[in-house]
Amino acid sequence: MSERRAIPFRGGGFNPVPRRLLPWIVFFLLIAAWQAASSAGLLPALFMPSPAAVIDALYVLWTNGTLAQHVGASLGRIIPGWIIGTGVGLAAGLAMGIFSAARAAGLPIVSALFPIPKIALLPLLILWFGIGEPSKIATIALGVFFPTVISAYSACDSVPRNLIRMGQSFGLPATDIVAKIVLPGAMPGILAGFRISASVALLLLVAAEMIGAQYGIGAFVLAAGNLMQTDQLLAGVVMLSILGLLISWGLGSVERSVLRWR
Amino acid sequence: MPLHIEKVSHGYGPVEALADVSLDIADGETVALIGPSGCGKSTLLGILGGLLQPSSGRVTLSGAPPADSLNPFTYIFQDFALLPWRSVADNVALALEHRALGASERRERIAASLAMTGLSDFAAAYPKQLSGGMRQRVGIARALVVRPAVLLLDEPLSALDAQTRELLMEDLLAIWAREKSTRVYVTHNLEEAARLADRIVVLSRRPGRIRDVITIDVPVAERGRSEHAGLLLDVHRRLWSLIRDEAATADREMQRV
Repeated sequence: MSERRAIPFRGGGFNPVPRRLLPWIVFFLLIAAWQAASSAGLLPALFMPSPAAVIDALYVLWTNGTLAQHVGASLGRIIPGWIIGTGVGLAAGLAMGIFSAARAAGLPIVSALFPIPKIALLPLLILWFGIGEPSKIATIALGVFFPTVISAYSACDSVPRNLIRMGQSFGLPATDIVAKIVLPGAMPGILAGFRISASVALLLLVAAEMIGAQYGIGAFVLAAGNLMQTDQLLAGVVMLSILGLLISWGLGSVERSVLRWR
Repeated sequence: MPLHIEKVSHGYGPVEALADVSLDIADGETVALIGPSGCGKSTLLGILGGLLQPSSGRVTLSGAPPADSLNPFTYIFQDFALLPWRSVADNVALALEHRALGASERRERIAASLAMTGLSDFAAAYPKQLSGGMRQRVGIARALVVRPAVLLLDEPLSALDAQTRELLMEDLLAIWAREKSTRVYVTHNLEEAARLADRIVVLSRRPGRIRDVITIDVPVAERGRSEHAGLLLDVHRRLWSLIRDEAATADREMQRV
């Protein structure tokens, strides 16, 4: 018998494991490096203000109430816009998911209109609704509507047919099959669609506010840029990031509670 | 409830799945349908429960289903068909919710059905927390809760491993000793057919026709006894000799499709 040798290990890896601390460390290292570069005079303050300057600007905007005014104006557009677009989109998308006729009628229209960048319709919507809030809300609603329709009807398609057959085999009426099998089964897809439509809403909000608004985070960022107040500009961008994170956190907690069974 | 399959044929477009099948099933009988892949046995089961419309022929029944049967034709599915967002008890309750039933009777039926399948302690669990065998027990409990007159079993044990399958066969026999329904059991597993059925209907490959009907005289409850081991082996051998060549041909056919 020859010498015994261990079999070399060649498995493992390719399996993401959560690391609690690492994300924070990287985040703070990046900020610290940025601050260090600013303090050492490597970054011109006008074009790239230091993190401290941005935080300072945020604090000033917060205390003098400017921030609340702009954020309030933005929320007053994105919330009704998203709710209207989502409500109408879900109604249309679920109808297309459940009824063949609704799908045959709706699919060509949705396919033709979905690729249009909705901001291109803002001038038309301004002509229709005036320069005030309704045209901005309508732009956001329109932008949210199409991805919601698509996610809702494909979510209906993804409900396993055998579950529907099971419902039929127990004599469930069609309304019960929709309410107890199709809708809950489509929920994961619908909620995933909310994430997409929320990011579309944020994008359109900023674009619409840059085109014509006195208040709102988009208008504020644009004005700060025109005045070369880059610390305020970045403060506005940080607000947008926080807004996006809050939305995604909110949707995440809705998903966790609605989809607890997963 | 006696069932009569009268010259039933079915096709999916140009593909003929079932050709001219006629069969009478007696009240309280367990009939196994076996045959090679694609022989139309699941199609026939779908027609029996009214989920598929036959291209020609019809299925009739004589006599009325018992008064307490809420869903005379009830399926047990190969993939269990449980709603993952409902607990075990709520999955069973699904079969009753749309029926006019008092709350207390509903509760009693669900409790009895869970007890009969050994699920009483798992009422609040969700399907993903359960093993395959337990999931199929939920499927069985949901079928029993409506007191079916005809139980339609579509390869109920095919998704389970060999040991779990053995356990569930014992469970099914224990349940059938108490529950008086007529059963049609589709399987490709010869042992399941020999252990569970009073009569085994062998279908040919596509389009499915009845090739042979084998009646086993020993009651299912006694087949586990060692003196009948030879009988089961004999049935198994006969079934295999009927199916072997067809299965091989069907297998090569499936490769080409």
